[in-house]
Amino acid sequence: MTPADAHDTYGTRARERVGFFTDTSICIGCKACEVACKEWNLVPEDGLAFTGFSYDNTVELSANSWRHVAFIEQSAEVGLAPNMAPERGDVPQADFRWLMESDVCKHCTHAGCLDVCPTGAILRTEFGTVVIQDDVCNGCGYCVTGCPFGVISIREIAHDGGAHKCTLCYDRLRGDLEPACAKACPTGSIQFGPLDELRARARGRVADLRDAGHTNARLYLASDDDGVGGAGAFFLLLDEPEVYGLPPDPVVPTRHLRSMWAWAAAAAAALAAASRIAAGGRR
Amino acid sequence: MGTSFGRGGATDFQQDLAESDCILIMGSNMAENHPVGFQWVMEAKARGATVFHADPRFTRTSAMADRYVPLRAGSDIAFLGGIVHYILEHERWFDEYVKAYTNAPVLIKDGYADTEDLDGFFCGWDAEKGAYDSTAWEYAGTSMKSAAGQRSQGGVRGNQAGHGGAAGDFASGDAPELDETLQDPRCVFQLLRKHYQRYTPEMVEQVCGTPKADFERLCEALCDASGRERTGAFVYAVGLTQHTTGVQTIRTAAIMQLLLGNIGRPGGGIMAMRGHASIQGSTDIPTLYDILPGYLPMPHAAAHDVLADYVETNAAPNGFWGNMDRYIVSLLKAYWGEHATAENDYAFGYLPRITGDHSVYQTMLDALDGKVRGYFILGENPAVGSANGKLHRRAMANLEWLVVRDFSLIESATFWKDGPEVETGEMAPDAIATEVFFLPAAAHTEKEGTFTNTQRMLQWRDKAVEPTGDQRSELWFAYHLGRRIRDKLAASTEARDEPIQRLTWDYPTSGPLDEPDAAAVLREINGWNAQHDPLASFTDLAADGSTACGCWIYCGVYKDGVNQAARRKPHWEQNRFALEWAWAWPANRRLLYNRASADPEGHPWSERKKLTWWDDAQGKWVGDDVPDFELTKPPSYRPAPDARAQDAIAGDKPFVMQADGRGWIFAPAGIIDGPLPTHYEPHESPVRNPLYGQATNPTRQQYQRPENPYNPSRGAPGASSYPYVVTSYRLTEHHTAGAMTRTLPYLSELQPELFCEVSPALAAERRLRHGEWATIITARAAIEARVMVTDRIAPLQVDGRTSHVVALPYHWGYEGLSKGDAVNDLFALALDANVHIQEVKAASCDIRPGRRPRGAARPALVDSYPRTEAREGREAQ
Repeated sequence: MTPADAHDTYGTRARERVGFFTDTSICIGCKACEVACKEWNLVPEDGLAFTGFSYDNTVELSANSWRHVAFIEQSAEVGLAPNMAPERGDVPQADFRWLMESDVCKHCTHAGCLDVCPTGAILRTEFGTVVIQDDVCNGCGYCVTGCPFGVISIREIAHDGGAHKCTLCYDRLRGDLEPACAKACPTGSIQFGPLDELRARARGRVADLRDAGHTNARLYLASDDDGVGGAGAFFLLLDEPEVYGLPPDPVVPTRHLRSMWAWAAAAAAALAAASRIAAGGRR
Repeated sequence: MGTSFGRGGATDFQQDLAESDCILIMGSNMAENHPVGFQWVMEAKARGATVFHADPRFTRTSAMADRYVPLRAGSDIAFLGGIVHYILEHERWFDEYVKAYTNAPVLIKDGYADTEDLDGFFCGWDAEKGAYDSTAWEYAGTSMKSAAGQRSQGGVRGNQAGHGGAAGDFASGDAPELDETLQDPRCVFQLLRKHYQRYTPEMVEQVCGTPKADFERLCEALCDASGRERTGAFVYAVGLTQHTTGVQTIRTAAIMQLLLGNIGRPGGGIMAMRGHASIQGSTDIPTLYDILPGYLPMPHAAAHDVLADYVETNAAPNGFWGNMDRYIVSLLKAYWGEHATAENDYAFGYLPRITGDHSVYQTMLDALDGKVRGYFILGENPAVGSANGKLHRRAMANLEWLVVRDFSLIESATFWKDGPEVETGEMAPDAIATEVFFLPAAAHTEKEGTFTNTQRMLQWRDKAVEPTGDQRSELWFAYHLGRRIRDKLAASTEARDEPIQRLTWDYPTSGPLDEPDAAAVLREINGWNAQHDPLASFTDLAADGSTACGCWIYCGVYKDGVNQAARRKPHWEQNRFALEWAWAWPANRRLLYNRASADPEGHPWSERKKLTWWDDAQGKWVGDDVPDFELTKPPSYRPAPDARAQDAIAGDKPFVMQADGRGWIFAPAGIIDGPLPTHYEPHESPVRNPLYGQATNPTRQQYQRPENPYNPSRGAPGASSYPYVVTSYRLTEHHTAGAMTRTLPYLSELQPELFCEVSPALAAERRLRHGEWATIITARAAIEARVMVTDRIAPLQVDGRTSHVVALPYHWGYEGLSKGDAVNDLFALALDANVHIQEVKAASCDIRPGRRPRGAARPALVDSYPRTEAREGREAQ
């Protein structure tokens, strides 16, 4: 089910599709989003381990981290913003920048997790977001492999065993509040709102940044034509998605389901035909 | 700031940064430590401002800045002095502003001699006392004093300077001798030019390690954002202040901003980013020993027997400090009410007196010497947060009793059983006689009251929930402690107990815990008249005992009987100054000295930078902010020869707290270590001072004693054992000494361990491996930290050699969920003489791979330094 189908399901209760626009160009890496998310959603602490990955000790999105701020210490070779790179041959660390990006569940238009969930625990809400129902999930883990971004995992701690991920603060949306991370973000890097408005705003922001010389600035998952049909949570990146640990061309695994089934059916038909021929030959 | 402009507070408010054309952030990691306020820097950037970050480390602030400018820790005055030099050399100062609003045209006494003449000293140096006689720095034709207090009574070291304004004993409200052409060699402008003549970009590169091109680009941008149409802002935090030259570093920034005409104007100013929720409030209504509320000086035993003496020696004849008698009498009336009368000198005799340095470090040294019996710790964690933590733990182990109030069991309450010295065998719990009382404190959500934030704004907060268990608010603790002491002394006939017996201590209480009414306290702070009606402004205060006021600069916070600090009108329903959101001192003025946003005739300098101006038709100052000037004093006003206090300030002089109404480029009084900021090396520095023969600040406070050993420095024998610069800093994820954050899982998991940031070059030099351990050593301590090798730390070329820095976040201790060694154990007590701030932003150290030793081997490692060649050889075998 896609957000476009929400009306069929919810009728007059269907709401405008909402989402996140995460503008990484103004993310200061404060991690307020991570903390606000955990506080509001009672997501457990999951280990006090020093990783050495710059200032990132969260490392990845998981059942226990629904927001994750990535820190990328980047040297020159990969195309720096003009404010850092040119005419700085005399500066010891001229060719350096530090990128920060707050990652989150993408709430895909074509959501692999939802497609593969066998129990119906994952549903499309009236806001067009994708939510796992804690009390229905049996922890089978299909959604873990169904997500092209590696957003979901099974919560192993606290005898939980269920799959968890960002709900886009469904409870807050029901109460006309913005999600906790967006509320806590001090610079407006995480913006919440109707998806169409966010996309329009994001296009303007990319144009501004490119004019200012950030030629690598781009939107990620903001197009209906990409492999997940566009996402409810999309991003403005200053570099290639791979730099941030994001898949460059994500495709929902179920996208090929129809053709796969078609091929399978064709193969089955061919087999059946072949066996008939074989049987007929014997006759 | 107090000395330069008249008030010891940020001149601007954070939202105004959005109006800036250029922002220099220096000694502040604003994005990490003030992330909420940083949105206004981002807003400025989005509007086209250029943002620079000058810092020894490339931080999250640098990542957001247009340009990052590296410099060596402890070289800030050379850097800022270099900017001053650039402005003067390229004739980029805002001429009309400088001539009209600063003391650049003022002539200084004959015989003044500069550091250029005396190789790093000013005239007036007394080598025997180790102090300056500042009379030779005075304005020609005057005798000066600091406006809010004579700061060096009887040669006693440690009286606090740098808080208040400064004054001069001149008749008509302006300096007697001026040269408006700025050409006279005795005028401040020419003295300034001479003082900084050698602070060239080349010298900056040599001293700070800042590449010349980077530095000049910054200077150019700052100068471009100056003048009628444009402004630039300066943002700093403790990266500039926690040095033996801390006060002078901020003075240099003040000089820069005065030259560029950036004080009192939109998008200009100096933002002092405070490190705690109400640190501004804790100096306004001080937790400091040497000032009373509102920056009134604490009376001194040797000089202030009677009120008249106190007012005579402390009040300035000119400017608003000229009303000191009104402020102090109103304060005494607030303290002792009906018992403060004209007949008994308004109970002035009841006030405690200081006799010398009673600051926290001196008190701990006294505790070491057995001179202190008891100690209260509220909202502090000296076992982790103070420089030379081991000294503090030893001192606390020498007390008879210790009261610790906090909301978790902090190291300062458990050092006697779990401290590092117990592990090393240097202390034994059964040999420590200190009786420690731990009293759980209520959190800010469990009590009501105000925070005074970094921009002097008092914001009221309500109690969300009742404190649980034995947790109590500070107000509860202070009130009921006082009440019980009074009860015990009720029957006393001793004269010494009178001040306590007669104190007004009658706040209403309510609820099951008898919680005192915080609003009643705020009402008393605001003050009232003889009819007990709330006062509206400090201009209503009287010296005849008819008014009471707990803190004159806060007068107006309960105007009309309304808690002004509790106002919450959203910003979208009012102008950008949001005057109806909470309340800022003084008199709800948000941008200080805003008279300077208009030219001497009272017209805005430009339409773009319009803020406060004179409206002839209405006969008053108007604009969007509350004018920081007498409302109906016209620009043309000139004081009569016998005018006093604010009447002696002319209508074209915006710095109304200063005796001459001018911003002080040159500080003729109020500063212990010189009228102009001078580059001195940190107390511990691997390098010499390329500028002067006198390497360090000669007035810095040192404590030569076995508990506080210093690393040899600057080529002295053993100095090569400590070849690197060590600096401390903070992370977004933790708060100060960590008591509020290391106990929280959601924050601890984000930064779970102490680490040290080093450059790849230093890592290679010392065989340090990313993610593994390193041991950092000074003469005080050896600590261990995980290694973070990063390009964000760059080696710099300083004075012909490579300078490496080891950077350490200081949040950790041995308690809490996330544990680690205490970084401040590394640092020594070496203090700025003006405000006794410790130097923890630059010292020298050694670093080696691997974890530190355990047990007795840990102090043995420290003692094995400095390393001699013979010893190195033995160990190598």
